Amino acid sequence: MYKLLLCLRYLRTRYIALASIISVMLGVATMIVVNSVMSGFATEMRTRIHAIHADISLETGSLDGEPSAQQHMALIREVAGQYVESMTASVEVFGLMHFRRGGQWIPRPVQLVGIEPESKTLVGPYTEHLDSYKTIREDGVVVRQPLRSMNDKPGWDLTAESTAYRKKEKERERIFLKHFLDQQQEQEPLMERKPKLEGDAPKFEEGAPTFENEVPEPKESQAAAVETANATVADDSQPTIQQVSAVQPAQEEAPNRPKDDPFKAQPFVQQQFNPDAVEPSDPDGPYRARVVLGAGLVEFIREIAPNKIRIERMVHPGDDVKITTVSAGRPPRPVSFTATVTDIYKSGMSEYDSNLVFCNLDYLQEIRGMMDPQTQERAITTVQIKLKNYNDAKLVLQKLENVFPSHLYSVKTWEQKQGPLLAAVDIESAILNVLLFLIIAVAGFGILAIFFMIVVEKTRDIGILKALGASSRGVMSIFLLYGLALGCVGSGIGVALGLVFVRYINEIERGLSLVTGRKVFDERIYYFPSIPTDVNSFTVFWVAMGAMLIAVAASILPARRAARLHPVEALRYE
Amino acid sequence: MTQQPASANEHIASVAVEKVYLKGNHKVPVLRGVHMSVQRGEFVSIIGQSGSGKSTLLHLMGLLDKPNVGEIRLEGQRVDDLPAATRDELRNRVFGFIFQFYHLLPELSVLENVLSPLMIRDSALTYWRRKSEYQDRAHQIIEQVGLSHRLKHKPSELSGGEMQRAAIARALIARPSVLLADEPTGNLDGQTGRDIIDLLRTLNQEQGLTIVMVTHDESIAQQAHRTVRLCNGLVQVLSDAA
Ligand SMILES: Nc1ncnc2c1ncn2[C@@H]1O[C@H](COP(=O)(O)OP(=O)(O)OP(=O)(O)O)[C@@H](O)[C@H]1O
Ligand SMILES: [Mg+2]
Repeated sequence: MYKLLLCLRYLRTRYIALASIISVMLGVATMIVVNSVMSGFATEMRTRIHAIHADISLETGSLDGEPSAQQHMALIREVAGQYVESMTASVEVFGLMHFRRGGQWIPRPVQLVGIEPESKTLVGPYTEHLDSYKTIREDGVVVRQPLRSMNDKPGWDLTAESTAYRKKEKERERIFLKHFLDQQQEQEPLMERKPKLEGDAPKFEEGAPTFENEVPEPKESQAAAVETANATVADDSQPTIQQVSAVQPAQEEAPNRPKDDPFKAQPFVQQQFNPDAVEPSDPDGPYRARVVLGAGLVEFIREIAPNKIRIERMVHPGDDVKITTVSAGRPPRPVSFTATVTDIYKSGMSEYDSNLVFCNLDYLQEIRGMMDPQTQERAITTVQIKLKNYNDAKLVLQKLENVFPSHLYSVKTWEQKQGPLLAAVDIESAILNVLLFLIIAVAGFGILAIFFMIVVEKTRDIGILKALGASSRGVMSIFLLYGLALGCVGSGIGVALGLVFVRYINEIERGLSLVTGRKVFDERIYYFPSIPTDVNSFTVFWVAMGAMLIAVAASILPARRAARLHPVEALRYE
Repeated sequence: MTQQPASANEHIASVAVEKVYLKGNHKVPVLRGVHMSVQRGEFVSIIGQSGSGKSTLLHLMGLLDKPNVGEIRLEGQRVDDLPAATRDELRNRVFGFIFQFYHLLPELSVLENVLSPLMIRDSALTYWRRKSEYQDRAHQIIEQVGLSHRLKHKPSELSGGEMQRAAIARALIARPSVLLADEPTGNLDGQTGRDIIDLLRTLNQEQGLTIVMVTHDESIAQQAHRTVRLCNGLVQVLSDAA
């Protein structure tokens, strides 16, 4: 009984103990906040990865793919139909994208994914990540409402805005080009210097001479390329090969596609397949190949003023880009085509956003020669499957592995596909937790030191208690109890503080931004409208328990010392 | 050491007790074979020069320390070699201690200080159940030492005499049979000291409490039935008081 009473009294009267309470409290609060935010990010990340990969994906081992989507899906339905909610077929292949910026063609290695948007969006979030479906905010202010409503089925059409943008760009180009070509006719030498256009006449004129070296001269004389280019440009219906040479009169005949000039030097040689790329009715219309670009490929962050950043977009929906990939078959040959960008994709996972280019599946199949000439069957490389219940994944995996031979196919859940990344995140948070727990351990040493002080200070009282019949164990338990009480109070307040902090973390962030004048958490960098948090009650419990345990452990040594004090000497102590 | 036969009425006794302290490397003998026997209901005072080992002897008798040689007997039974838990129990139930510097616990009020031996004795649950009984007992004893108006005060808010009264109340609450007092008046002025001694005498007479009191003051020592003088670690003179 005296133990309880005394330790309560010590708690109330020893202000030094407050120091250890505060250190425990801060440690616990930090751990809770950091863990919540970390797991918030991790959960968010998992959701996003999951969204991209769907529950299960069936992939062919080769880039050639296997025919056909219908056959694959039929087999999947046959073996695991009752678990499957929806499926989508796609062709995944690596590729190279070029887009034009500042008079240069900038290359980007990409993962080219041919999809059917309608079924794709049934398998996982797709439309949600498209720019035209999003509300765009800047510094919390809405700067653009969604261009399409969520009910609109995703397709490959340009929005009205993008069409208008495209028209305007084309118009500008035409005007400029007309002017440029008039001059060119007068000044023959200029024609050798083939500048790249920026769509901006004055700029071009200033910068023109500097572009001189960017066109490798020898390639210009490649007869084949030139011929193809001629044919292409002369006939607007075949613009997939944009190899126009300035020395060719063809340029003047088709001034609406001069921006591709710089590309002429590149060995883009059309293989076997030469589909129509422009709607014949409208010379400014989009190409048949449509792509949705990952935002990371064409966006960058620029600091426009101190502490003020802006996302710059280099390619807009309505622009055209060049895509190069390989054809199916042996040996694979490079194929390239021009595609019109219909949208920008931003899932929030930079790994994907700076890699993925979605393309219309049928076009990709055609241009890669994945179509059987006789049967018209189209090959696919991947089937993404969404399950009714993800808990069945193991079972479905089993069933699929039984029917799809493993030397041709690999069947994986999204977690297996992202195993290393997820494992890395887990390890990261484990290490962070260990480090943070050291903070509490430091608090433990604080308790140790403070308790030794208190024991010394209380030496005489310990002697008195022993003289009154208290056992050594009783005296010891006073201090252990005291440690536990400090731990309880400290971690209790810490838990409360941590939870409150997590609850109001966005308000706190806003306050901090206001005070420091610097945006602490910029949604445009992190892709989150607010800081994601995820309070795991299990973690909170263990953090609190751990803190209490450490507090008790730290009080063991001082408590033992108190217990061992000789009563007579303790009484003599002044 | 010759064993002296214990008389029938012997309450507490030290038999050929020797105590040596180590100061650095050489031994300092403090008690060198002390024989002392206290009868039940007797009031004995121990006097001697400072450093003669009076407090040491009292601590040995109160089982706060162990003699190097010799034994402590309680009602004829050797108690100094009992296990620690038993000696703790005996200290709690049989002995009441009063110290020169009162030794009250500064965090507790007078009432709580007085109750502390009972708190030590019982588990929280038992104590809680018997709380009202204990409270009554405490009030009664505090009344007896004349401190009823200071129940809720902290020791730091009391005078020396009041603190000693509180200490006496604490020593009595567990209903001990032996009261061991180490210079209970050493820090008090003459009149207050005499009041305390009167209180002890009353307790001795009315409740038959055995009291062993260490003091410097010859006149206070005279109040006891018998005075024992310690000198050079030996009992020197046994004199009967009035
Ligand atoms: N723990 C100890 N270590 C070493 N010497 C000690 C220890 N305790 C007591 N002594 C020595 O034992 C001797 C007796 O001490 P004790 O306290 O019993 O004397 P005392 O008669 O009570 O003196 P006083 O009248 O001043 O209280 C002293 O010389 C003291 O220095
Ligand atoms: Mg003394």
